[in-house]
Amino acid sequence: MALKLNQSEFEIVRDKGKCISCQVCVRQCSNDVHEYDEDDGTVLSDNSKCVGCHRCETLCPTGSIKIKRRESEFKSNANWTAEHLKNIYKQAETGGVVLTSMGCDKPYPVYWDHILFNASQVTNPSIDPLREPMEIKTFIGRKPDRLELKPVRESGSNIIRFKNNLEPQLELSVPVLFSAMSYGSISLNAVKSLAKAASEFGTFYNTGEGGLHKDLRGYGNNTIVQVASGRFGVDKDYLNSGAAVEIKIGQGAKPGIGGHLPGEKVNYDVSTTRMIPEGSDAISPAPHHDIYSIEDLSQLIYALKEATEYKKPVGVKISAVHNVAPIASGIVRAGADFISIDGFRGGTGAAPQVIRDNVGIPIELALAAVDIRLREEGIRHKVSLIVAGSIRSSADVIKAIALGADAVYIGTAALVALGCHLCQKCYTSKCNWGIATQDPYLTKRLNPEIGTRKLINLLTAWSHEIKEMLGGAGINAIESLRGNREHLRGVGLNEKELSILGIKHAGEAW
Amino acid sequence: MKKIYIKEEYCIACRLCEIYCQVKHSKSKKILKAFKNETDILSRVLVEEIGYNSFAIQCRHCEDAPCVEACISGAMQKNKNTGIVTCDEKKCVGCWMCIMACPYGVIKRDLSEKKVASKCDLCGDEEYPVCVRNCPNEALQFKDI
Repeated sequence: MALKLNQSEFEIVRDKGKCISCQVCVRQCSNDVHEYDEDDGTVLSDNSKCVGCHRCETLCPTGSIKIKRRESEFKSNANWTAEHLKNIYKQAETGGVVLTSMGCDKPYPVYWDHILFNASQVTNPSIDPLREPMEIKTFIGRKPDRLELKPVRESGSNIIRFKNNLEPQLELSVPVLFSAMSYGSISLNAVKSLAKAASEFGTFYNTGEGGLHKDLRGYGNNTIVQVASGRFGVDKDYLNSGAAVEIKIGQGAKPGIGGHLPGEKVNYDVSTTRMIPEGSDAISPAPHHDIYSIEDLSQLIYALKEATEYKKPVGVKISAVHNVAPIASGIVRAGADFISIDGFRGGTGAAPQVIRDNVGIPIELALAAVDIRLREEGIRHKVSLIVAGSIRSSADVIKAIALGADAVYIGTAALVALGCHLCQKCYTSKCNWGIATQDPYLTKRLNPEIGTRKLINLLTAWSHEIKEMLGGAGINAIESLRGNREHLRGVGLNEKELSILGIKHAGEAW
Repeated sequence: MKKIYIKEEYCIACRLCEIYCQVKHSKSKKILKAFKNETDILSRVLVEEIGYNSFAIQCRHCEDAPCVEACISGAMQKNKNTGIVTCDEKKCVGCWMCIMACPYGVIKRDLSEKKVASKCDLCGDEEYPVCVRNCPNEALQFKDI
């Protein structure tokens, strides 16, 4: 065995004065970091196995454990960073692609943090959402070209109705949905938490490409079913058991890349849900093998609309890439009712690190570009825009909506609410928090009742904050903010960035 | 009466219930002092584990408690008002008949001082038993029948 060149990333600092050798850490670590020494009754830790998930630190009853980043011993070098060296050591040892999980963690500019929101002063009154009504209900789906109304007489009184039938719409109590995360990539308890929270709060979760588990059929009214390149678990029942259908073309974390769920993870439950033989690899090809043009995409959209009898919105999810605006324009013309755009910071269960960290563009720029392009072409109303790829707070939601989004998807934020500590080791399937794993010993750790409660709390908190910010800006309905870029100002951005975002710099008045 | 319900599908076998039970029944009631200075504190809740299946079990405070029936000294009593079965350690003579009779195996021999039977007292002086309060995954619930 040749010498391993990589050093451990974390250091477990154990306060001996506080450690009572209760072994909670030993029992909770799926990476076998901690070990109880019976001879002298102490717990020892192996730094090299620690992934930095903080499970032991969180559960330690005396607070004796602290996980610290182990400072690199490398000679400082701005070009050859420790990460480059470590990856080369790893690849020289294994000959493989460096895998990682969750979203891009590199210090590219985060445009949300360079955009500021407006508030009312003197000339227009702000609104107190605790005293006055504040509407944040959102509808996702194709809107009519013009508003044509007709008076009708119903049960003895005159009321106004739409002249033509509306296209199918999704009704959201808050402009936030849970992103596509498949059963397989995350545990059934995690999916159950998302499904229950979505149904209790009045929003939607997305099945991802893993099919719909039989236990989740009851949440159909709050489910977006996904059709991806592997077509796992897709049949007429599946399509009709959700409230909307989403065709997945790309994912922000790995644009242009397919997926691979190893056969070891395809247990009986996953195999029946995905409709594939037990133990077989579930491979999602990089492209849909029947989609090579906008016309092909249109065929699939209409095939799905036929299968669901035109009763459900059909959307298309793409990752934010360089030509996202013209692609989105094509998708609208292909007949999609909503477009989901996933920025390059979007999460994943597993992706090659080189792709995750170097491919795609920030969602802020993609969103602004798509919204402007669709407006210029006069087709913005034909489609709803859902954006994803690192929405971290209610402020990001507000800014996204002012930049032109109809709603946002949250994936990472939802998982963090469930306990995720972003250790980026989902691909090992050893998630100590019971989220990204199928190991029955670990999946028990996520009690869906607690998970549901936490997700509902998160949505409740964000709703309050969204209403407060809207009220502060003197707006009483989220519809009035949509695409209202006058409420945004950039700080520390150059002319080009401001022009792509379509916003003024801070200090510039109307 | 309120009883402890076990949701074994969410027991993660961390054994924090046992640890906090030990602290509760220590002299100092402080976790560091209890574990560093006191010896042989028994936990009255026990985590049973086979493979990935586990659950924490403590006295069920049976309606028709066999341990009370079996007790020769009158130490084991069921409180008519609260329904809680407790062992009066002053009266207990350590004959272990209760241990023989208990169908759940949740009474233990406490040999630290005088031989007595040690069992769950539902933390009568607390709103919630400490095992329930400290279960990180709500695998133990304290609720009315």
